[in-house]
Amino acid sequence: METTVRETIKNTTKKHLKENNGLLFGQCLSAVGWVGGTVPELTEKDGLVELSMADVANGGIVAGAGLSKRRPIYVIRYQGFNWFNASIILNYACKSKEIWDVPCPIFIRGIAMEGSIGPVAGSSQHSIYFKMPGIKIISPMTPKEYLIAYNDFMKNDDVMYVSEHRGSYGNSEELNDSIADDLDLVLFPISITRFEAQKAKKQLEKEGYKIGIANILWIKPFHIKKEWEKAVIKSKFGGIVLDDDFTQGVASNLAYELMKKTKKNFEVMGLKNKSAGFSKDTDNLPPSYKDIISKCKEIIKKKK
Amino acid sequence: MNEKFFRLKTFEKASYCRYFEEEVIKNLKNKNIKIPTYVSAGQEFIAASIATICEDLKIKPWIFGQHRCHSIYISFGGDKIKLIDELLGRKTGCTRGMGGSASIASKEIKMFGHDGLMGSNGPIGVGACFATNHPTIVFMGDAAAEEDYVLGGLGWASTKNIPLITVVEDNNLSILTEKKVRRNWEMSDVAKSFKMEGYNLNDDPIDLLKHSETFFKKPCLLNVNTNRIYWHAGSGMDGDKTFDRYQEQKKKLGEEAIEIDKRVKNEIEILWKQQLEKQ
Repeated sequence: METTVRETIKNTTKKHLKENNGLLFGQCLSAVGWVGGTVPELTEKDGLVELSMADVANGGIVAGAGLSKRRPIYVIRYQGFNWFNASIILNYACKSKEIWDVPCPIFIRGIAMEGSIGPVAGSSQHSIYFKMPGIKIISPMTPKEYLIAYNDFMKNDDVMYVSEHRGSYGNSEELNDSIADDLDLVLFPISITRFEAQKAKKQLEKEGYKIGIANILWIKPFHIKKEWEKAVIKSKFGGIVLDDDFTQGVASNLAYELMKKTKKNFEVMGLKNKSAGFSKDTDNLPPSYKDIISKCKEIIKKKK
Repeated sequence: MNEKFFRLKTFEKASYCRYFEEEVIKNLKNKNIKIPTYVSAGQEFIAASIATICEDLKIKPWIFGQHRCHSIYISFGGDKIKLIDELLGRKTGCTRGMGGSASIASKEIKMFGHDGLMGSNGPIGVGACFATNHPTIVFMGDAAAEEDYVLGGLGWASTKNIPLITVVEDNNLSILTEKKVRRNWEMSDVAKSFKMEGYNLNDDPIDLLKHSETFFKKPCLLNVNTNRIYWHAGSGMDGDKTFDRYQEQKKKLGEEAIEIDKRVKNEIEILWKQQLEKQ
């Protein structure tokens, strides 16, 4: 059986604690499920540290541990909890290297999920981190991508926000770009929307549309690959940035960068500008493949 | 440690702090210093006493201060020339001109910078202490201590039984709002409720020395009642009647203290003059 994202995270964490003298902090790590099976069943003696429920203080405690050269991993079970957890990380850990020449590397595992979990716990919140200097943001959805994130963290001394999604944990396949010179539109999906983008592409191609996919792994720094640039410039209708966060954050910013670079039109799709309720009818979900198909058709029809 | 030796050693450190800050005030007034500056004059015996105790214990702690931290930096052996340069905004400053007065740091004395969010150094110091198990001191004011995350960090420090001292420099004022207006509890009681050693004392060096038995053996909190002389950036004073520990100690220690006072005053004035001439 091929290795899943879940197993990759668990094995990487075990190695980090057992071989690299690392630390893993979080709340209720050893509770039922061990964070979706991503946390190895170890103890504090091994470096697995249970924090109290004081979210704001916990961000500070982890920032302090970041000064120790033990490269803490910090698990935030729902990305919305970052509203409390992120304040000291963003204002201290991210600035420490620049202001005091003292690196404070932390690997923050922000975990997203969707579906009837209300206005705080649902979806991704990587936009909270996006504006602050001194941080890298990555959203791995495959086993190899997870290792890219971890290896980059270990080679450098930055604060890294890893925007995970529980929907990817069972995935064992790599997701490749699909780029050509004669496309109608290019999709730039982030996080869980990458799986929906694949489905949308398949369906649209059956109907005769030509759709490209440029997977966004690195959110910050965001580098526009040459082949992406070329494909967009040669496309008929530009592109769409797809996100699992509100559109007025990372998605709009990256769309702006892409538009500047290619001079082509870009749209964004993500969470709508409303609070999520708990019921199915009041939830606020990221774009499904059906939503993506509709949007693509709408753009193509309008521009024709 | 011999009590007289301890008093004189602490007085000498306090003297460096006091005359350094007097020069800061002068240079704020004549606009050589152009950044917001937070002087620690009046409160210097806290850092001076604890630094003397640490020297005696042969412990070089990790230090987490915040604003009004010049006395911490100087007492624990920070380079005074680099601090002058920092306040003058020079690249040769202890934080290369980035930290200003409120966010100074020194790798040499293991003093970490502060981000400006009051009390954030509380949980940061706790995390650093836990990860290293190295003796650590967090200094903060009585207002910063009210931040919810300070309390969360203290509770966890107690749970993990780490070698941490949290020092609350309690001058009773947040800007000009007195403590009694803001709360009806004391930090020493909060510490005790967290099952830590918690003490409420004044900034007499001997009082601090008496409470040093448990230093770094288990987490403890010292709420030290003190008096600030100057407001932020020296924009005002709390009044002529403010009790001044420095003058009290000088009088108590007599001739030897007067000698130290004169020597240090002269030394600090020359140091500032020399650095200013480099402009």
